[in-house]
Amino acid sequence: MQLIVVADGQVVPELPAVARSLASRDEPVEAVAFAGTGVPAGDVAGELGGYGVSRLHVVRHELLDEYGPEAWGSALATVIDWLGPAGVLASASHRDTEVLTHAAARAGLPLATNCVRLAGEEDGSGAWRLTRTRSGGVLLEDAELTAPVKLATVAAAVETPQVPLQPADCEVTESAVDVPPELARTRVAERVASETGLSLSTAPVVVSGGRGVGGAEGFVVLEELAERLGGVVGCSRVATNNGWRPHRDQVGLTGTKIAADLYIACGISGATQHWVGCMDSAAILAINTDPEAPMMQRATYAVEGDVHEVVPAVLAEIRRRADGAAGSGRSGVEEPAPAGSSRR
Amino acid sequence: MDIVVCIKRVPAFGAQVPLTDDGLAVDTRHLGFTIGPHEECAVEEAVRLAAAHGGRVTVLTVGPEEAGEQLRYALAMGAHQGVLVDTGTTDLDPEATATAVLAGLADEPAPDLLLFGDASADAGHGQVGVRVALACGLPIVGGVTGIEAESGAVPENGAVAENGAVTENGATLRATRDTPGGTEVFGLSVPAAVAVKEGLNLPRYPTLPGRLKAKKAALRTVTCGPEPGGLRTLGLRRPADDRAGAIPLGRGADAAPAVVDVLAELGKV
Amino acid sequence: MTEIPERADIVVVGAGIVGNSVCHHLAELGWRNIVLIEKGPLPDPGGSTGHASNFIFPVDHSREITALTTDSMRQYEKLGTLISCGGVEVAREPARVEELKRRMASARAWGVDAELIDPGRVAELVPFVDPDILLAGFWTPSVAVVDPLRAGALMREQAIADGALTVAASTTVTGIRTDGGRVQRVCTDAGDVETSLVVVACGVWSPRIARLAGGQIPLTPAVHQMMDVGPIPEFEASGTAIAYPIVRDMDALMYERQSGADLEIGSYAHRPILHEPDEIPSLAAAALSPTQLPFTSEDFDPQLEQALELFGSILDRPDAGVRHAINGLLSLTPDGAPVLGPSPEVDGLWSAAAVWIKEGPGVGRMMAEWLTHGDCEFDMHGADIARFYPHQRTREHVRARANEGFNKTYGIVHPREQWESARGRKLSPFHARERAAGAVFFEVGGWERPHWYESNRDLLEEFGDRIHDRPHEWDARWWSPIVEAEHLALRERAAMIDLTAFAQFDVRGPGALDYLQRMTMAQLDRPVGRICYTPVLTPGGGFRSDLTVVRLAEDRFRVITGGADGARDRFWFESHLPADGSASLVDVTSAVCTLGLWGPRARDILAATTEDDVSGEAIPFGTARWIAVDGIPVLALRVSYVGDLGWELHAPFEQGQALWDAIAEAGRPHGIAPAGIGVYGTTGRLEKGYRLMGAELDAEYDPVEAGLALPKVKAADFIGKDAYLAAREGDPAATLCTLTVDDHLGAEGIPRYPQGGEPIVTPAGERIVDRKGRGSAVTSAGPAPSVGRHLLMAYLPPEFAVEGTSLQVEYMAERYPVTVARAGRTPLFDPDDTRMKA
Repeated sequence: MQLIVVADGQVVPELPAVARSLASRDEPVEAVAFAGTGVPAGDVAGELGGYGVSRLHVVRHELLDEYGPEAWGSALATVIDWLGPAGVLASASHRDTEVLTHAAARAGLPLATNCVRLAGEEDGSGAWRLTRTRSGGVLLEDAELTAPVKLATVAAAVETPQVPLQPADCEVTESAVDVPPELARTRVAERVASETGLSLSTAPVVVSGGRGVGGAEGFVVLEELAERLGGVVGCSRVATNNGWRPHRDQVGLTGTKIAADLYIACGISGATQHWVGCMDSAAILAINTDPEAPMMQRATYAVEGDVHEVVPAVLAEIRRRADGAAGSGRSGVEEPAPAGSSRR
Repeated sequence: MDIVVCIKRVPAFGAQVPLTDDGLAVDTRHLGFTIGPHEECAVEEAVRLAAAHGGRVTVLTVGPEEAGEQLRYALAMGAHQGVLVDTGTTDLDPEATATAVLAGLADEPAPDLLLFGDASADAGHGQVGVRVALACGLPIVGGVTGIEAESGAVPENGAVAENGAVTENGATLRATRDTPGGTEVFGLSVPAAVAVKEGLNLPRYPTLPGRLKAKKAALRTVTCGPEPGGLRTLGLRRPADDRAGAIPLGRGADAAPAVVDVLAELGKV
Repeated sequence: MTEIPERADIVVVGAGIVGNSVCHHLAELGWRNIVLIEKGPLPDPGGSTGHASNFIFPVDHSREITALTTDSMRQYEKLGTLISCGGVEVAREPARVEELKRRMASARAWGVDAELIDPGRVAELVPFVDPDILLAGFWTPSVAVVDPLRAGALMREQAIADGALTVAASTTVTGIRTDGGRVQRVCTDAGDVETSLVVVACGVWSPRIARLAGGQIPLTPAVHQMMDVGPIPEFEASGTAIAYPIVRDMDALMYERQSGADLEIGSYAHRPILHEPDEIPSLAAAALSPTQLPFTSEDFDPQLEQALELFGSILDRPDAGVRHAINGLLSLTPDGAPVLGPSPEVDGLWSAAAVWIKEGPGVGRMMAEWLTHGDCEFDMHGADIARFYPHQRTREHVRARANEGFNKTYGIVHPREQWESARGRKLSPFHARERAAGAVFFEVGGWERPHWYESNRDLLEEFGDRIHDRPHEWDARWWSPIVEAEHLALRERAAMIDLTAFAQFDVRGPGALDYLQRMTMAQLDRPVGRICYTPVLTPGGGFRSDLTVVRLAEDRFRVITGGADGARDRFWFESHLPADGSASLVDVTSAVCTLGLWGPRARDILAATTEDDVSGEAIPFGTARWIAVDGIPVLALRVSYVGDLGWELHAPFEQGQALWDAIAEAGRPHGIAPAGIGVYGTTGRLEKGYRLMGAELDAEYDPVEAGLALPKVKAADFIGKDAYLAAREGDPAATLCTLTVDDHLGAEGIPRYPQGGEPIVTPAGERIVDRKGRGSAVTSAGPAPSVGRHLLMAYLPPEFAVEGTSLQVEYMAERYPVTVARAGRTPLFDPDDTRMKA
């Protein structure tokens, strides 16, 4: 059996495909979820069935009602012990990874995190040959995983194997598990929702600023552009270290890794530490005075110039076109003119 | 509050990581070594906590003899003592690394707080903290970007109390971390383990007197040859850079129309 | 990306301060089709220009370096990229106090305003230092900080605006094609450019780029450690990059300067850390930049304590942290000087390397002049790439000397100090005998030459109080009273001197005479057997060299020159050989050994070893003749640089020891002594008023000033003739004079002996400057045992160049009375040359 872990209620489509490719022909792919995720088991099962997963084990215990890495990891370890799967896969989301890590530690099993390629060894040993990312993605590591039960987390950028997935009826089995009571110690005690609905890691557009922005006040135009484009503001490590932006806005190896539709890098040179945080974005627009900056070389689009000239001009152009559209009667959107604007 | 901070010696590289000819390791001939940013924050936090609440800070590393350089850097930041678990290399799998850390902790008095970086800056497995904490019987929370310690007082926060986050000596930790949806808060009673992320604090630069003191400090060395775990590295390589060169959209404000054309093409305006 | 043109008049590789400056000055001089190629991005391509500490202390003991530095400061200032902050070199040890006094002499000699100050004044200028650990300071108000990246960018912009320059950044030179030893084209990853001139201004990468053309640039990348400590609130409050004077903590071999909110500390005290030009990481692979390598803290640790001692008041604070620390790369050369000029190995390949920020713009100007006119305003012989003999261009030699030289960066280096490494590379055939006689060897051009012989110590007793002891250790260092004893033995009896280090070239062919006439100032069209001493001039009429030419046959000449300048002279002569092949040059240095035999008994001694007639009639003064000495074929040259009867005996190298033994044996009854170069180069020469290339003679002085103008000007054209003729027409701005020191007694109550380089000042203590702006300084100094005086040579303006004029020499911050004894070339000893012509 290959087992998929769904700790945060999100089914990642690549996982069943990878699991199937690792399974032998008659070997089932099953999944495990936790009653505390807040997502109806039936919905998860339905989705999983579409990818050929034949069973969803939902584990239940009062300590699992709220998330706690130790309790959830312990429960998963118990399930692994019960089911004896050949492999266990989870997504690279924070929670999935954390639960799998705790389970691996408790079960005394090795774990490969951030895998972008997984395959069975051709020698029939049952070991896995895998590739994982290191140093935030600037390096790839080829490795071999040998264990009675092999555990891995699968990165979003994984190579999805071309295997046929036969839709199945995914049966839901609920099981109570034992969780040591002392593991209550690491349950989430309090939650504070983030202020806007958009987060840096999920926003479709991120407008990010670095050294070239020059100071906290320089981010005002970036905020405006982000709002216009339905995105959020990010920043480089320089901006954080100078106190221009809070750390939670930092994109990079030690900040947030993003995979936006569009990443706009304003005055960011693009050191490795930053690049690995934004390189998975579908399109990158770099604005920089230095045409030789690494970001200008690696981006999809490049504008040579000062952020303080380019961004206001882009905003003005967006407004101009919006006005044109309004004038043609296609839209009734009224754009407030910013103070000092004489474009009208 | 006695604290042990686990740190790792990692190479500091530029835009391109040079590899050895056999592809088994990073070619570090021209590279310096550093402590990863997460771990630097861990050291900083430990030094601050010890200054505020008393106690000693011990830094522990697993690696070759040269990793003493990173211990001394942490000592220069204000840590009090260093333990080098000499394994001859930092290229160990997570299970072996955890074994080595435990070997280093074995002769140390049990700390009130065991700090890790969330993941090492090079291998990035992110598992050692959890494995070590479990072996020590300590609770652990990872990804932490905020720690508040209160000693002696029972916190008013009911949620914390409900979760049993009050210890015999009454010291509690309020650990917060960012998740995609917001912030999660944990109440931890010491002894506990925490894996922290950059953003927790702004690490200090070592002072000159600090460096001199660190230079003279004796490091405790433990030799350890841990059994390898189930994950074995076969080789390293650089990913293919399949991005073609950037499409120039112009210079300065004159580029605005071209930029907005692209934004329109991408469906963003 | 800029398109590279297909053709260029000149290609400059490297856009650091040097390359930019070369381009700028070429454009100023009218060059138009210049291409500048830079591997990295602009404005900071990642070389040493981008991370240097950028401060300038103008005073150096070398006139050449001081001139380049002060010229550079003028240029930086003109570009608005210079901030004066002042600087103080501090002494912790008594020996350093003496060195600071010596720096005062150099400051005076080269015309830089400076002052010796006490520790209290140091603390007033730099309020953060602890004056209690200091003994003195050397304060230079004009010390400044510059912005070489900005200066370079402005220089490029001007050249581009002139329509003279095309810049190709992020472009890698992949090859330099040559044909027949000449540069043909530069190949890059962005296309090729045809050119016949390439200037390599690539800093630490220069050897790698030169090798693409088949040339060598002898330098090695070496580490200079730097760190920034801060923030320092007092610095932050100043609101500028630098508000306080820069401190050079000379005895700790380090410096400290404000850099914004930080104190930057740099060190030359750590172990020499040499790198290989081929192994410098690429721009992409480097964590910071290719020349900012990872800091190795264990090498810097001792400096931390010393920094804390001096700057404890601002460094010993909890908030002042080490914010940045690097192992910066700089270029070291075998002798510490830059490597400039046309490569002797590849036609059209020029080097502009091993240049510091403080010299960059000045070097650019000199290089442009050199490329345009064939010479330049400042004498560059000490920086000329051609100065290196082949063995001195090897990796082994460069690394050995760089290794030894690194810690001398802030060291106290005696003017006669000898290298310890890479010694014993060139040995004359007399070497075993010399060693047996207790020779103390000094090195020139790789040759080991006896400077004096310990076996002559017993002569001290013989000559007693005619010999001046030097009670001060500094004056006596690298010196021995035995030199004076050997001198007197020569004057009274005879001495034999090893002169094998001479560089010797045979020039032959139907065009040999015309070719040599063109190269030299003196008339060489003389009968076979005649010896001619002649200046060799630069196109501008200064001294390129001075040497001896012997006419061996109608179409065959031997050129004999000093070991110090042999490599430069060979390149100069070879590069001017006639294109039609009518004259050829063969370097016979390795085939010939030379033994000098001089003194009143010289003829008796030589006669005892040969059946040939060695009388004055047979070999008159100024002629050469082949004789057989104990069966050894010897070319005997009847000349003397010490002013006594005798010969230079030139013999086949492998028969040298037999020659030595024959002369020593024959000389024994006459009391012959071996004598060292101390006699040949200093005592004997000075009392005879002979000039030395590199001391009295250099490109900034002409033959008229040096007193070496000849009665007649030969009809043949020669290099520098126009300038020479012009100099003969006018009054010289200065005249080379010989001065006597009248009173040696210093403040310590012991006699002191100036060594050379000291300023000559008026009785009122004012600096003496000629109308061309050249300060008067001692070019050579030494005892004249036969005259009983300590002599100095110096150029003096006409109003002072009058025999009997009283002046002063400033030595170690004290002044000593001197008198102009000779204005012009007439010697103090035996002015009619009767001894030599006997």
